[in-house]
Amino acid sequence: MYLLILTILIPFFFSALIPLIHNRVGSIHLGWLVLLVPLVLFSIFTAQIPAISNSDILMQTVHWIPSLGINFTVYLDGLSLIMALLITGMGALVVLYSIYYLSPSDSFPHFYAYLLLFMGAMLGIVLSDNLLVLYVFWELTSISSFLLIAFWYHRKNSRYGAQKSLLITVFGGFGMLAGFLMLHSMTGTFSIREIIATIAQYTDHALFYPAMFLILLGAFTKSAQFPFHIWLPDAMEAPTPVSAYLHSATMVKAGIYLVARFTPIFAGNAAWFWTVTLVGLVTLFWGAYCAVRQTDLKALLAYSTISQLGLIMSLFGLGSAALHFGDGEQGALYGLAIFAALFHMVNHSTFKGALFMVVGIVDHQVGTRDIRRLGGLMAALPITFTFAVIGSFSMAGLPFLNGFLSKEMFFTASVNAAGLPVFGAPTWGLVIPIIAWVASVFTFVYCMIFVFRTFFGTPHLKKADRKPVEPTLGMLVSPAILCVFIIGLFFAPNLLGDYLLRPALNGILPGISGATPHISAWHGFNTELFMTLGIVVIGTVLFLTLRSWIKIIRLQPAGWTFTAVYNSFLKNLKKASNWITTHYMTGHLPSYFAYIFMFFILIAGGTLIYTGALSIDLTSDSPISVYEGLLAAVMAIAAISILFAKSHLAAILLNGVLGFSIAIFFVLFRAPDLALTQLVIETVTTVLFLLCFLFLPEWTAEDSSKRTKLRNALIAIGAGVTITLIGLTVNSGKLFDSISGYFENSYELTGGDNIVNAILGDFRAFDTMLESLVLFIAGLGVYTLIRLKLGKGSGKDEHQ
Amino acid sequence: MNINDVILKTVSKAVVLIILTFGIYLFFSGHNQPGGGFIGGLVIASAFVLMFLSYDSETVSEALPIDFKKLSGLGVLLAMTSGIAPMFLGGAFLSQSFGYFDLPIFGKTELATVTIFEAGIALTVIGVVVNIILSISEDE
Repeated sequence: MYLLILTILIPFFFSALIPLIHNRVGSIHLGWLVLLVPLVLFSIFTAQIPAISNSDILMQTVHWIPSLGINFTVYLDGLSLIMALLITGMGALVVLYSIYYLSPSDSFPHFYAYLLLFMGAMLGIVLSDNLLVLYVFWELTSISSFLLIAFWYHRKNSRYGAQKSLLITVFGGFGMLAGFLMLHSMTGTFSIREIIATIAQYTDHALFYPAMFLILLGAFTKSAQFPFHIWLPDAMEAPTPVSAYLHSATMVKAGIYLVARFTPIFAGNAAWFWTVTLVGLVTLFWGAYCAVRQTDLKALLAYSTISQLGLIMSLFGLGSAALHFGDGEQGALYGLAIFAALFHMVNHSTFKGALFMVVGIVDHQVGTRDIRRLGGLMAALPITFTFAVIGSFSMAGLPFLNGFLSKEMFFTASVNAAGLPVFGAPTWGLVIPIIAWVASVFTFVYCMIFVFRTFFGTPHLKKADRKPVEPTLGMLVSPAILCVFIIGLFFAPNLLGDYLLRPALNGILPGISGATPHISAWHGFNTELFMTLGIVVIGTVLFLTLRSWIKIIRLQPAGWTFTAVYNSFLKNLKKASNWITTHYMTGHLPSYFAYIFMFFILIAGGTLIYTGALSIDLTSDSPISVYEGLLAAVMAIAAISILFAKSHLAAILLNGVLGFSIAIFFVLFRAPDLALTQLVIETVTTVLFLLCFLFLPEWTAEDSSKRTKLRNALIAIGAGVTITLIGLTVNSGKLFDSISGYFENSYELTGGDNIVNAILGDFRAFDTMLESLVLFIAGLGVYTLIRLKLGKGSGKDEHQ
Repeated sequence: MNINDVILKTVSKAVVLIILTFGIYLFFSGHNQPGGGFIGGLVIASAFVLMFLSYDSETVSEALPIDFKKLSGLGVLLAMTSGIAPMFLGGAFLSQSFGYFDLPIFGKTELATVTIFEAGIALTVIGVVVNIILSISEDE
């Protein structure tokens, strides 16, 4: 019934279970138990392939907050299925790999709990139909990515990388949330399917383009598109299985998924076409260009991932033209780009996953990832070498590997785009294939660097480095499986195309048929083949002459990077907030009260007068009884006496008089619940006061100037007057219809006679639940502040 | 403190029992009469606080091996679970239901799911209040 929803919840459930069971697994590696989760989920999703390839769509809904249109609707179509298979399939391989990669000193429970948290969140993104639910999962992936990058949190660079990725992706996420809310205010629904169905009426809406750009901002930051790509290289501080999983195969593809998912909503106009295409192309080029000059293998792969993500992104941009033409020959022609994008997305996960695992093996077995020190590993690591060749040659777009097929389709799409008759493409269209070609030359060069600098030539290892040998068999299984896919997809691409890519394409380009080609490796001597041949020739020449021109690239001054801009922004932000904080946080309690009450008088009192709501009508009030008058007098006397108290004890007792008098007021006004609560609260507070009594400094009289005293008196009187006026106004006028009638039916609606409790536990249960959460957090806060002495035990972390 | 507190200790033995009973009564009566999870939890918490005040915390912890931090966490978890569970039974988040049942001994009784939610609130309140007071009082 709720099978699909369970697939999202199962990883979360196991993630929560890990802290409870990790001590009880005995000698079994925790990873083997965790491995079951992605394996089971993968088989569940595999079982859906036949239905989805028949263009069926699975949908399940659980009501969450139906009154706000927020439902947990899970929606499985071709696109979601591809992503879900990638997430669970790569997840299984990465967990298997990590069993051999992690060292026994690492904390397995943390690692696997975070990894499962991520897996669940990522499945949530690709399966959610509701925008707000999608957003929650979106941010959860940012958080789990943060936790995983900072897995080795004692390293300064890990913490830096984790913070950077979180700040950039959450910044984009906020933009995306604003975009979602705009979509909601346009269309009145949070459901993606319903928005797709009705968006045609709103394309002229003033919010259409702002919503589009804000949602793209979220996609671009998540998928590390230029200029937000800077977080991805620093995210490489994470353990290599995490890099292979989050930062190449799945999480960074969330932005691409979002673009694909929103193509039927926003695409078909020039703004979307050029934004997505150009950002993708610039990222493609810049990533490839930067990758060439890297000396760390993982950094090289990080920039290459950026570049490949740019390639996929640009394909989605190019393909969006299809929706401008609609069904027909031209629609099919440009729709091909989307097909290529989906195909390359799958291919990229296979070869980049394999390459990351190769780097992990090299790092694990040799102890370094520095290209300048590596070399000649072919003899020592023959199997790893084979994987490296298969992975990087596929990335370079060489034949007999899956990368060749999708690279050729990318060239086809870029050449087609040059002939696009709309969107100003006749003037500028030629730019597209040129950038694509130049970037692919650089791609070829860094792929060659990866293989030849690592596995050929002579090593420059230090004595501290280990003597390289092949790792245990278990570590080789995952990259081997990926390599089988790399080769297998070259020879049988249409299996993937027919069963998965075609239904996905139908979802992205609704109503456009015929955009799914029969993938074939040989198209005859056409432009695309000559482009590939040119890349191989020029790329080889550039690689052989690398030493003479790489110095020119490295001339770029260190300060001229986007990372430098980010760093200086963060530094200045800290400086500015520090300056502001030190100026108003004086550590003097009376000034804080002065701020709070002045703000209150200005905002609440100001609103009262500005809106003209102030109206006092005492005619319908019941008369004040003698008891009430006496009680009010007692309270007034107690309150004024506090000002003249000479000791803590006197002040506490007088404050108690105030509290208990309020309780009596509640009794007089027949509110026994409130009276009870007030009494117990007052008792507990008094105990707290008595406990703190010992720690309080001697009572000293305030020796402030007359002017300060006068100012404080004015603020105090002002706050009192404001409260009184608000109270009287609220009681006099009725701006809204009363909702008390709703509560009066509490017995029929909730089965309870006590209206107060019906409100707390039923009508407004959401408030109560969150309040109890706040209480819990506050309790932990008090405990931590008092018990945790900072400075002890944090010495092993690198500071500065 | 070296004050002779025999009277306090003797009295609190009896009083704690009364307060606890009262707290539990308040908790269950909340559905139809004054009381409920929050106030019931507070009263029970104040009984625990009295125990900690009249005896030292080691003695009480030995007799009452409860980790109040975990108790508050359990409370939040219980309240949330009682909210999530109805989603899988076709209701909205936090929707509550009630019904009348014929139970042995009690006769015709009203059972409401809101009690589970209230229990979560009560556990949170007990855990947090005792935890805060213990933290402050044990601080050197």
